[in-house]
Amino acid sequence: MSEQTLLASASARYVTGLGDDALVLAQRLCEWATRAPVIEEDVALLNVALDLLGQARALLAYAGELEGGGRTEDDLAFGRDERAFRNCQLVELPNGDFATTMARQLLFSAYQYELYTALSASSDERISGVACKAVKEVAYHREHAASWVVRLGDGTEESHGRMVAGLETVWPFAGELFEPADAVEVADVVAAGIGCDPARLHRGWLAYVGAVLAEATVQIPSPGGWVPTGGRRGLHTESFGYLLAEMQHLHRSHPGATW
Amino acid sequence: MSTSPDGTAAAPWPLWEVFVRPKRGLSHTHAGSLHAPDAALALQNARDLFTRRQEGVSIWVVRASDITASSPDEKEPFFDPAGDKVYRHPTFYDIPPEAEHL
Amino acid sequence: MTVEFSADAAQAHFDALIEADQRIEPRDWMPEGYRSTLVRQIAQHAHSEIIGMQPEGNWLTRAPSLKRKAILVAKVQDEAGHGLYLYGAAETLGVSRDDLLDLLHAGRQRYSSIFNYPTLTWADVGAIGWLVDGAAIMNQIPLTRCSYGPYGRAMVRICKEESFHQRQGFELLLTLSRGTDEQHAMAQDAVDRWWWPAVMMFGPADSDSPHSSQSMAWGIKRFSNDELRQRFIDISVPQAEILGLQLPDAALAWNAERGHYDFGEIDWSEFKRVLSGDGPCNRQRLARRVEAHEEGAWVREAAAAYAAKHAGGAAEPGRRHVDVA
Repeated sequence: MSEQTLLASASARYVTGLGDDALVLAQRLCEWATRAPVIEEDVALLNVALDLLGQARALLAYAGELEGGGRTEDDLAFGRDERAFRNCQLVELPNGDFATTMARQLLFSAYQYELYTALSASSDERISGVACKAVKEVAYHREHAASWVVRLGDGTEESHGRMVAGLETVWPFAGELFEPADAVEVADVVAAGIGCDPARLHRGWLAYVGAVLAEATVQIPSPGGWVPTGGRRGLHTESFGYLLAEMQHLHRSHPGATW
Repeated sequence: MSTSPDGTAAAPWPLWEVFVRPKRGLSHTHAGSLHAPDAALALQNARDLFTRRQEGVSIWVVRASDITASSPDEKEPFFDPAGDKVYRHPTFYDIPPEAEHL
Repeated sequence: MTVEFSADAAQAHFDALIEADQRIEPRDWMPEGYRSTLVRQIAQHAHSEIIGMQPEGNWLTRAPSLKRKAILVAKVQDEAGHGLYLYGAAETLGVSRDDLLDLLHAGRQRYSSIFNYPTLTWADVGAIGWLVDGAAIMNQIPLTRCSYGPYGRAMVRICKEESFHQRQGFELLLTLSRGTDEQHAMAQDAVDRWWWPAVMMFGPADSDSPHSSQSMAWGIKRFSNDELRQRFIDISVPQAEILGLQLPDAALAWNAERGHYDFGEIDWSEFKRVLSGDGPCNRQRLARRVEAHEEGAWVREAAAAYAAKHAGGAAEPGRRHVDVA
């Protein structure tokens, strides 16, 4: 295989990971429709889901092109099994209560903000195009999550307790977001200026998240301990299979059909 | 304007009136109302509710109880669909030309 | 500045505004019956939007393509937004949204019965868009000229957003109808189940509608139930032909003399049963709504507590911007 092809296929894997992150999180947020604590949040969460879905579609369509095998965004979304998905585990976590969801949104949206800011300068025009648009969207997503983390953390005793518990649940999964380029097989993509080294996103992320948690009167969980990983290599949590089953069932029941 | 049963704006999620200036050169016009516990969430909710179809240049939120009114409401503006979410445009769909009333 | 009207003068002023097809605004004097009729109607319209998120919301996680998923997310989000616009309009009449929701949750205010039917297949999403939103638009366009200003204006905004909803449903069904045999059968089955409930959305026959004439006199209602129902059927029959789907009414036939389609007998006993609480999904729809509200109480309280703690502080936007050197 030529170097060009190797790079294209590494890029395909990289872009697939970004697209899968957005797709899986959009799927989780859809579960909140009609269940949000106040109708304004039904609107807000579906707004975030719609933005993420737009990112997912653009990224997965491009990943299919980079693969060169004719796979469309729908082929990728509905036709792959669990082990072929490259999303981080954070986005597939069950929603839990509203505090857990907002904790997850804070950590992930803050990451996406750093990510898309960096990718706005990607040497790949398609990626930088998606990133430039997405930065504005995720700036709002992280602000929205931060507003809620602060209010729940610094609200009532009950909300504070739930916010602390929610953060404990999601915090370990943040580690995977910043795994350095080597470990996730995309060192070449980063070297070519197409992607960015996730480790470099950590500082900006922690500054923002730390400030929000401080304002929320919630402590950052102590470092070290268990750091789950593997999502980028197709190793997911047990809940992921159920998520895919629900998402893919109808499409897979009618092979070749147009919707 | 509504007030909570005891006549004050002391409700935990009070009513806010929203004004949007959709682009530079125009002035803010009344878009509607919503509930929020504080100004920051009111602004976020206003963005979600009243500018879903385009980026408003500027949004004002004012507690309804802070408004003194003497005349009927102004007419609210239309919002044109946002350019990127094209499936909101009625013209996006392939509807056979002979289908009427769609 | 206020000018004191006598009750008679106030009524005369109100009547003159209605007569001249002018708008009544929140600070105008209005008869108590006008106000309470509007509160009930607008509130029930708002409740319908919120409950209406459930049948389609059911399919968000299972939409069979990313494009359809995105369209459906936009639609369900719109419905929430429409509910909020309408609660806002109702609140200008001196009620609080919390009170209106309490009435809904207690079963003392209603929502449109159509949402008490289940969405059993993906094709149901299309049927709802084509038929239910189609019927809703037919009801709603006249309401843009409702005598009460805030309601009419909310309806203008809603109608503009709804045109995409109906086209989305029609196109979804068209794609199914022209697809595989299974898809075509799915579409036909959905239409078989949703047609009559949609026809019943226009309410009882005019002869069975005691409140209609007062609502018409007040400029709240512009056309009768039967008129709107006939118009809906006349429009839908040719659309069904283009879809390549049958409508489940053997009596449907063009009547050249009347200039309208004749249609079959409506089963009003089913309508009354569903209205009175015994439809397939009544209990489930309300339970879901109540559950969201009750489980969300701690969140709403937290936000209120935070606001109270920080009252008098500056608004936050921008406060959390962090510069990383």
